[in-house]
Amino acid sequence: MSDFLQLESLTLAYGKSIAVESLNLSVNQGELVAFLGPSGCGKSTTLRAIAGLMKTRSGHIRLDAEDITRKPPNKRDVGMVFQSYALFPHLSVTENVAFGLRLKRLDKQDIDKRVTEGLSIVGLGEFARRMPAELSGGQQQRVALARALVMDPKVLLLDEPLSNLDARLRLEMRSELQRVQQQTGLTMIFVTHDQVEALSLADRIVVMNKGSIEQIGSPEEIYNCPATRFVADFVGFENIFAVHDRQLLPADDNVGGDKPHSARLPLTCGTAPDTRGLAWRPASVVLGSGNYPGTIVGNAFAGTVREYLLQTALGPVRADVNAELPAYPTGSDVMFDLPFDKAVPLSSMS
Amino acid sequence: MNSRWLQYLVLTLVMLFLIGPFFIIVAAGLSAGESLAFPPQGLSFRWVIKVFQIDSFRESFALSMALAVFGTLAALILGVPIAYALARYKLPFGETLRTIVSAPIIVPGIIVGLALLRYLVVPLDVEVVTALFAAHTALILPYAVRVVSASLNNLRSDIEEAAVLLGASRPGAFFRVVLPNIRSGILAAFILGFVTSFNQVPVSLFLSGPGVRTLPIDMISYLETTYDPSVAALAALLAFLSIAIVFVAERFLGFSRYV
Ligand SMILES: Nc1ncnc2c1ncn2[C@@H]1O[C@H](COP(=O)(O)OP(=O)(O)O)[C@@H](O)[C@H]1O
Ligand SMILES: [Mg+2]
Repeated sequence: MSDFLQLESLTLAYGKSIAVESLNLSVNQGELVAFLGPSGCGKSTTLRAIAGLMKTRSGHIRLDAEDITRKPPNKRDVGMVFQSYALFPHLSVTENVAFGLRLKRLDKQDIDKRVTEGLSIVGLGEFARRMPAELSGGQQQRVALARALVMDPKVLLLDEPLSNLDARLRLEMRSELQRVQQQTGLTMIFVTHDQVEALSLADRIVVMNKGSIEQIGSPEEIYNCPATRFVADFVGFENIFAVHDRQLLPADDNVGGDKPHSARLPLTCGTAPDTRGLAWRPASVVLGSGNYPGTIVGNAFAGTVREYLLQTALGPVRADVNAELPAYPTGSDVMFDLPFDKAVPLSSMS
Repeated sequence: MNSRWLQYLVLTLVMLFLIGPFFIIVAAGLSAGESLAFPPQGLSFRWVIKVFQIDSFRESFALSMALAVFGTLAALILGVPIAYALARYKLPFGETLRTIVSAPIIVPGIIVGLALLRYLVVPLDVEVVTALFAAHTALILPYAVRVVSASLNNLRSDIEEAAVLLGASRPGAFFRVVLPNIRSGILAAFILGFVTSFNQVPVSLFLSGPGVRTLPIDMISYLETTYDPSVAALAALLAFLSIAIVFVAERFLGFSRYV
């Protein structure tokens, strides 16, 4: 079902300060959506609004064809896994998972059955009698996940579910989440500030910046064709330049300056008349040939590639070059090229 | 080496100063002599037994007990919600409220007692027992708020949100996940409040009226007329009672974490 969850010009504020401004988003049933953005951009605030833990300033939230904007949080059928897990310290693993089911006044056998099921989905069957304090961070996280899953929510929200885990556990939990999602077909939204996490897990990524959406797209779209300077920067396009009057300019200088090159717009991600900038990954920059002169000011070996920093008329330029090729010493002048077929057009430079 | 000796010397003096009187009282209470004296003249339990035969001690003990129990309960019934509100919400007058609630700790008991007498008991003709109850409640309230606040601050607020998202109402979340987790803090506050109330002298001194006395006041006035070792025996009994309470509390609740 499409448009299962809809946020319509949602505005959220803490007192006088606006945290999220007129946000529009539509999530399909069974979709795994990631909110990606730097700390403080409003990801948690948006999740809390969907859960009903935060009042909306204006706009609407619709879930399963019902307007839930004013519905109290305990009636919404929205599950949440908190960043800190928020397990009840005085209750055992079983009692934690059974908490919501008991409030629903299900009969005991039903509760037992669903708790056992929930714990086995997250692989914690043998820890049922432990207290939360006797579990590792990763295990606590799984309990929190099971506790939300057994309620069979319409949407499951996860706030930075992997950020408190060490690197190995993070990989494990990542595939765990994917498996749970495939197994249950649950609609899930998770928050992260880690692009790798978003790219590897999500069906669709919502990139947020300063309380509004920069871009929504599949992981491939976000990674290969970022639409704005912010997104391009976020996914590793380190060379971003402004386009003005068919001229390529330093990124922060889109009116004048010494115009070094006349730009022809590239074709890789489609061109548009509103192209405001162009972006290249360091790996796309060609050193040793091309039309632009530059001076090497930095040079570092990084395994398979050698990372260069150039001083140019366009400002600093980053280039990654196969490390097996002979190195350009720092201080030497080189010609470089920014191939247009590798460029990504940006619609916004703000 | 020298400084080590000095350390032990200071430590010994401090310990002597702190618990020395306790041994003196115990010894004096076990005296076989006729008057309160140290060192005791002989050893006997006659004054310990006498304590239980003095009617006014029985009455004032009952009053002190009732004040301590019900005063502390009342302070907790007021204090837990106050501590909760201070911990969870940015109240516009939060700091003011905190100060007001702490005032009885800072203001000397004599002043509190006098003020209550002058502006509550005399003009409004409040019953002495009622005034004592109100005064003790007010005196215990700061401890209740502080101790419960400490355990609330150790408790993350998102467990309440988690409970709400699992279907609990806000009050339901409080009773199901907050209260059980601050239980030991509440018990610690109860014991602290109980002991504070039971040992309270200055406020009670002003408010005690004819025939209505708390145990410490009764002991003072007993001493004024009868200078026998029974007061020492009673004091020793009370000290052992306090020690027992604190010991049990420490044993089962880790009491020292909260004070
Ligand atoms: N309780 C709060 N009171 C006031 N401002 C807040 C509060 N929580 C978050 N904010 C502000 O709202 C903005 C968005 O915060 P948040 O949603 O937590 O960001 P994110 O989860 O993306 O890191 C930030 O500017 C933050 O400072
Ligand atoms: Mg956050």
